[in-house]
Amino acid sequence: MNKLIRFIPLILFIALGVVLYRGLSLNPQALPSALIGKKMPEYQLTQLKDESRVLTPADLKGKIVLINVWATWCPTCKYEHPYLLDVAKDPRVVLYGLNYKDERAAALEWLTHYKDPYVYSIFDEAGTLGLDLGVYGAPETFVLDHHGVIRKRFAGAIDTRVWQREFLPLITELEAERAKGI
Amino acid sequence: MLRKLVLIFVSLWFCSLAVASPVDTYVFEDEVTKVRFQALTKELRCPKCQNQNLADSNSPIAADLRREVYNLLDEGKTDTEIVDFMVNRYGEFVLYRPKVNSLTYVLWFGPAVLILIGVLVVVFILRRKPQVKESQALSSEQKSQLNDILKDK
Amino acid sequence: MIPELGHFALIIGLAFAVCLSVIPMIGVLGGNQRLITYAKPLTFGMFAFTAISILILAYCFVVDDFSVKYVASHSNTHLPYYFKISAVWGGHEGSLLLWVFSLTAWTMAVAKYSRGIDEAFVARVLAVMGMIAVGFIAFTLLTSNPFDRLWPNVPMEGRDLNPLLQDVGLIIHPPLLYMGYVGFSVAFAFAIAALMCGKMDAAWARWSRPWTVGAWVFLTLGIAVGSWWAYYELGWGGWWFWDPVENASFMPWLIGTALIHSLAVTEKRGTFRNWTVLLAIFAFSLSLLGTFLVRSGVLTSVHSFAADPSRGAFILFLLAIAVGGSLTLYAFRASNVTTFSRFALYSRETALLVANIILVVATVTVMLGTLYPLLIDALGMGKISVGPPYFNAVFVPIMSLLFIFMGIGPLIRWKKAKKGELGKHLSLISVVSIVFGLAFPFVYHGELNLLVSMGMALAFWVAAVVIKEMLLQAKVGNNKGFDFSRLSMSQVGMTLAHMGIAITIVGVTLVSSYENEVNIKMAVNETVNVSGYDIEFAGIKRVEGPNYSAEQGQLNVYKDGDFVALLKPERRAYRVQTMGMTEAGIDPGLFRDVYVALGDPLGGGAWAVRVHYKPFVRWIWLGAIFMSLGGLLAMLDKRYRRRKKAKEAEKVKSENASEASIELQPGTPGVSS
Repeated sequence: MNKLIRFIPLILFIALGVVLYRGLSLNPQALPSALIGKKMPEYQLTQLKDESRVLTPADLKGKIVLINVWATWCPTCKYEHPYLLDVAKDPRVVLYGLNYKDERAAALEWLTHYKDPYVYSIFDEAGTLGLDLGVYGAPETFVLDHHGVIRKRFAGAIDTRVWQREFLPLITELEAERAKGI
Repeated sequence: MLRKLVLIFVSLWFCSLAVASPVDTYVFEDEVTKVRFQALTKELRCPKCQNQNLADSNSPIAADLRREVYNLLDEGKTDTEIVDFMVNRYGEFVLYRPKVNSLTYVLWFGPAVLILIGVLVVVFILRRKPQVKESQALSSEQKSQLNDILKDK
Repeated sequence: MIPELGHFALIIGLAFAVCLSVIPMIGVLGGNQRLITYAKPLTFGMFAFTAISILILAYCFVVDDFSVKYVASHSNTHLPYYFKISAVWGGHEGSLLLWVFSLTAWTMAVAKYSRGIDEAFVARVLAVMGMIAVGFIAFTLLTSNPFDRLWPNVPMEGRDLNPLLQDVGLIIHPPLLYMGYVGFSVAFAFAIAALMCGKMDAAWARWSRPWTVGAWVFLTLGIAVGSWWAYYELGWGGWWFWDPVENASFMPWLIGTALIHSLAVTEKRGTFRNWTVLLAIFAFSLSLLGTFLVRSGVLTSVHSFAADPSRGAFILFLLAIAVGGSLTLYAFRASNVTTFSRFALYSRETALLVANIILVVATVTVMLGTLYPLLIDALGMGKISVGPPYFNAVFVPIMSLLFIFMGIGPLIRWKKAKKGELGKHLSLISVVSIVFGLAFPFVYHGELNLLVSMGMALAFWVAAVVIKEMLLQAKVGNNKGFDFSRLSMSQVGMTLAHMGIAITIVGVTLVSSYENEVNIKMAVNETVNVSGYDIEFAGIKRVEGPNYSAEQGQLNVYKDGDFVALLKPERRAYRVQTMGMTEAGIDPGLFRDVYVALGDPLGGGAWAVRVHYKPFVRWIWLGAIFMSLGGLLAMLDKRYRRRKKAKEAEKVKSENASEASIELQPGTPGVSS
C-alpha cells in the first residue's frame, strides 16, 4: 500500500502534463460569442448612407446573412476590405455592414474611396448594437441563418484562408439545413 | 502565421494604451452606488485585454463597458442584473468570480475537500504504529551532548 | 564579433554543463575518486563562461549594438545607462539567460561552500544541477538565442524598452526573483542526491537547510518587490492581482515555506524524511511550472513574455524529464523505513505537520484556480475566468487556519508537550488577541468590523506567541532577568520571520478594509477631501525626461490645515514607443500612503484625478523584509558556519560524535537505520 502511495505524485504530475500539453494548442485569447444560437438582438438604427431610413433586424433579408463590423479607425479593416469585396460577390451569402462607433462623414468617404461591398451599412455611432452583440474589437463578422439566429462570430480579418477554414464549412452546413427544411 | 499576425494587430489596437490606469469621473448619487460601481468593475473582466478587470483597463471596450455599468446602476438595476447583462453579451468569461454550477463544483469545493483529505492524512500519520525497538541507554556525556543539540533550534 | 563571442561562451558553458552532468556521476557510480574531484572545476567552468556570456550581452546593450536583434527590440540610444543594463532581462531571451546565470551561480556557491559535506554526495548534487543547466542552456541556444543578429539591415535606433519597465523595480525584481526560483534547484538537487544514495537522514537535512532558506529569502524579497513595484507603477493602487504569473511565483514560495519547516523537523528529529524530499521536488517543480506558464502562452497574463507555444513545448519536455524523472526516482527510492521517531498528538511535530499540510492545500488551491480555465478549455467546455474574487474567497480561510497553528508551533515542545504547559502559555495570549481584535476596528474607525477583527486578532496571536517563546528562551533562572545572547541566530531568525508574517497580515487586513478611492474632475485650485486629507489641484507643469516628455500635475496635500506634501503625478509620452504612461505621485508613510494619479485632461484646464488613501499598505512589504531578515539570520546560525581551523576541527569532531550517537545507534528514538 505504501509503495503505491509513493506513485501518486507521479500520476498526478502526468495528468497535469497532459492538460498542459493540450493547452499548448489552445488559444486562450479566442473568445466564443455568448450569442450563438440566439436571435439577432433588437435595434433601431439609421442606415449609414441614408439618415432618414431606420433599420431593424427585419431588414436583414437573406438566406445566409453576414454582418461585418467595421470602422474607419480600424487598420485591420482596411486589410480585410478587398476580401470582403470578393465575399460580396458570393451568391450564397448576403453581406451587411455594421459601422461601429464611427463618424458618418468619415465612413461615407471611406466607402467611396475603397468601394462598398455591403448591401447597406448600419450606422451604430454609440456602439449600442455592438455592445448587445458582444463586440469587443473590429473587425468582427457574424453569420446568421435564415431564421435570423446567430450561428457564428469570427473576430479578426477575413482573407482567403480564413474564409475557407472558418466560413465555408458553416455555409455548406446552413445550406444543407435549409434543404432539409430545418 | 498571417492570421496570428492579424490577431496580434487587432488585439494590439485595443491594448496599446493598457499601461495607464484610467480615471473616469463619474458622479454617483450616493456612496453606496459608488462602492457598487467600484466592486462591479473589479469583478468584471475586460473581454479583450491580457487579464485585466474593467476598472484598470484603458482599452476602449473597457471604457464602454464601464459606462454601461454606470448607466445600468443609474437605471436602478441590481448587481445581479448588471452581471447577467454582461454575461448575456460576453459570456461567462467576463466573470472573475466564476458561477457555481456543475462545471465549477471542483473549483469551489475542491479546497474544502483538500482540507478534509489533509485532516485524514494527519490522522493517518499520527496513528501509524512505530517500529520502535528497545532503546539503548546513552552515557551521561552523550546525553548532555544530545540535550545540547536538541535545544539548539 | 563580440555578440558571437557571447554566443560561443554560452555554448562552451553548455559543454561544461554536459561534462558536469556526466563525469562526476560516473566517478560516483564507479568509485573513481579522481572523476569525482572534477565536479568543482567543471562547475567553475560552467559558471565562468555563462558569466562571460551575460556580461557580453550587457556590453552589447551599453554600446548600443543594434545589430543584435534582442538589443534592437529592447533598447534605444536615449535610454539611461542603468536601464540599458537592466534591459538585459527585459525580454524573454535575456531573462532566460539571467535564469541560466543564476543557476550556474548557485551551483558555484554549492561547490564552494560545502566543505563539511561528503565529497561524493556533493558531486551528485553538482551533477544534478549540471543536468538542469544542460536543459536550460540548450533551451536558450536552440529556441531563444539572445545573440541573434539582424543582418544585413542594422537599424539605426532601437525600439526602446517598454516604458513600464523603465523603473528601478525592473532593475531589482527579476534578479531577486530568479535567484529565488532557481535557488530551489539546490534543495531539489540535494533531494535527488539523497534519493540516489539512500541517505535521507538528519545530516542531509542539515546540509540542505541553509541553501533552501537562502532561496526562500530571495524569493520572498523578489515577490515583495514585485508587489511594491506594481503598486506604485501601475496606477491602480493594487498590490496583488492573483494573475497567473504572480501565482507562478507564489506557489513555490508557499511550498518553500513548508519545505524549510519540514527540513527543520528532519534535521532535529529525523522524521518526515520522505515528506521533506517530496516537498523539495515539489518546490522546484513549481519553479519550472512557473517558467512554463510565463513563456508558453498557455495562460493569459499581463506579465507574459511574447508567448510562443513551440517554446512552451520545449519547456514542457524539460518539465517532463526533471519532474517526471524525480518523481519516478522518489516512487522507487523513497525510504522504506517508516517513522521510528514516535511523537505524541500534542507536540511540535504535529503542529508542523499540520502547518505543512495547510500550506500544501493552499498551494494546490492556488494551482487549481490558476489552471482551471485551462482545464475547462482543454475539455472543450468553454471559456471561464477565475480571478481575485475566487482566490480571496478560498485563500483567506485556509491561511487563517494556518495562522492559528502558527500560534501553537513555536511554543509547544518537541515529541510530547508537557501536560498543561501549552494551555498556561496560551490562555492569556488568546484572550488578549481576541479582545484586541474586537476592539481595534472600533478604536481605529469607530465601528465594528469582523473581518478586520479576525485579521488583527490573528496578527497579534502570531506575534505574541513568538515574542513569548523568545522571552522564555532568554530567561535566566528565577531572577526574572533576560539574557538575549542565549538565543541562537536560528531562534532570533524564526522570531523575526514570524513577526514578519504578523506585520504583513496587519497591512493586508487594514488596507483592504479601510482604503478609499476617489475619481474626480478637478479644475485648478479646486480641493477634494479624501479620508481626512485635503488635496488641492495646483495646475500642470511640462517636464522633459531623457526619453520622454510629461505633463506633471502639482497637487498639494493638507491635513487639518497643515501642509503635508507636494505630489507630482505625471502623464508621460515616451518618444520612441509612443505609449502613454502615468506615474503616480505618492506620499509614503508608515501608517498610510496618499496616492494620486492623473487621468485625461477634460478641457478648460480641468483634469481627471484619482486619489487613493491607503492605510498601512507599507506594512505588507515591511513584513516581507522582516521575513527575509529572519531567514537570513537563520541561515547564519553558527552550526552552519565554518570557523577557524582549530575550532573547526574540534567542532567537526564533536558533531560527528553526536551525529554518530544519534545516527548509528539503531533503536534510539530519532535514529534512522
